[in-house]
Amino acid sequence: MRDPLSKTIVNIQPSGIRKFFDIVSEMEDAISLGVGEPDFDTPWHIRDEGIYSLEKGRTFYTSNAGLKELKVEIAKFLKRRYELEYDFNKEILVTIGGSEAIDIALRAMLDPGDEVLIPQPSYVSYVPCAILANGTPVIIELKAENEFRLTAEELEAAITPKTKILVLPFPNNPTGAVMERKDLEAIAEVVIKHDLFVLSDEIYSELTYVEDTKHVSIASLPGMKERTIVINGFSKSHAMTGWRLGYACGPEVIIKQMLKIHQFAIMCAPTTSQYAAVEAMRNGDEDVAAMREEYNGRRRFLMHRFKEMGLECFEPFGAFYVFPCIKEFGMTSDEFATELLKAKKVAVVPGTAFGDSGEGFIRISYAYSLDNLKLAIGRIEEFITELREKRQ
Amino acid sequence: MREKILTFIEKNSRIDLNELAIMLGVEEAAVVNELEKMEKERIICGYHTLIDWDKAGIEKVTAMIEVRVTPQRGMGFDKIAERIYNYPEVNSVYLISGGFDLMVTLEGRTLREVSQFVTDKLSTLDQVLSTKTNFILKKYKDHGTIMAVPSKDERIMMI
Repeated sequence: MRDPLSKTIVNIQPSGIRKFFDIVSEMEDAISLGVGEPDFDTPWHIRDEGIYSLEKGRTFYTSNAGLKELKVEIAKFLKRRYELEYDFNKEILVTIGGSEAIDIALRAMLDPGDEVLIPQPSYVSYVPCAILANGTPVIIELKAENEFRLTAEELEAAITPKTKILVLPFPNNPTGAVMERKDLEAIAEVVIKHDLFVLSDEIYSELTYVEDTKHVSIASLPGMKERTIVINGFSKSHAMTGWRLGYACGPEVIIKQMLKIHQFAIMCAPTTSQYAAVEAMRNGDEDVAAMREEYNGRRRFLMHRFKEMGLECFEPFGAFYVFPCIKEFGMTSDEFATELLKAKKVAVVPGTAFGDSGEGFIRISYAYSLDNLKLAIGRIEEFITELREKRQ
Repeated sequence: MREKILTFIEKNSRIDLNELAIMLGVEEAAVVNELEKMEKERIICGYHTLIDWDKAGIEKVTAMIEVRVTPQRGMGFDKIAERIYNYPEVNSVYLISGGFDLMVTLEGRTLREVSQFVTDKLSTLDQVLSTKTNFILKKYKDHGTIMAVPSKDERIMMI
């Protein structure tokens, strides 16, 4: 029999972290700080709207690009929150979560040999999606001393004549890093100089915690809208992960081609989710604010505890992760996470799950109740105290 | 800061003040100070415990009584409300818009005890025109808290 498989697919490495997750799921009394989704339920009025749409029998396809009402509300939301202006009719596409948007944006824009710059540590899908789109991923290793922000120098150094797209994943999973306006301005200058495009994954944009670092979208900077695809969604901001709903906004020429892939591969995003999301956009700002406040309290609590323990960690201003440094213990991230799980039954994610530059760090999610965090951090403190004693 | 403190302690009045200060990013002294002020100003009127008496196996009967009254000249409803809320058996008294005037909630050990209060004390007040007693059969949610057992964390590790 012939080989049934595509070499491209076979050559894509499965996520190495799976094994570790399997161990966690088998351990019954483990406390997990490992998930990447909100601990809040979707606010009731949003769920209720989804139920209502089902009751009314709205169970048909929507138009390929998404419900008109939803696109109109998304355009309004982006305007009021980030000063972004998009034509709901031509420049917004509703997708199955941000993940589909990442995939089809890369597929719509890449030809074989085009290089995609991917800063890491970052979410795991950019590299495989770039490969699936026939592009060549090129990693930029972000540094702790820059608080894991991307600098213009790092970007400049990675650019070749083949570079076409820069992926900009901020606020960042796993580091919690944000890019402030001045950081983005420096990046935009380089992008425009080299005629690149930006895939700006802003799925955590609603979760930033310091007033003067309120999220800025690179697409709102002069000259950038025409070369940026903004990706966002409802999963993190409105605690709607399971609804699978996101969107992409960008220049009509690109959105039109993305729509083609979306139309043939997906047809349309789930109708129920779209009706629920209309409600989220219309009446959900207060829910988001309340969740943000709660996350912020937990974030401050964790930073305070790290300081008490003497565990090095830069202060993250976005998402719901902290990314402390564990280099002092002379273990790899993987060893640290595995030992911590075995010894104290606390699950964190090794930084290397997000790229080689995550070595020496662990990702701790604070999408958990304060009681849960307290308990887990207490155990981590015991663990590192014992490690330090052993090393002396 | 007041609103933030209140939002946190409304959900958990037993929160450690040092922890609360950390979460708000302020000094503990500032939180203590603000709490004391709000207690003095009667913005914070008490710190109570939400108990599921059913689960404790202790019999309690709660009734919500709709009361129609005649307001008094110069006093409105305040005077009669005061007469009612001074009874220790009475849990809460609200002035209500709509078909009746006062909503009185009452807690007693037995049905008899509650009905006796209504017939002997409440109905006999001069200004009280009529009462309608509604016994609570089951509390699903109280003070913003759902009484049922919280659901398990079903999220899976995913990055």
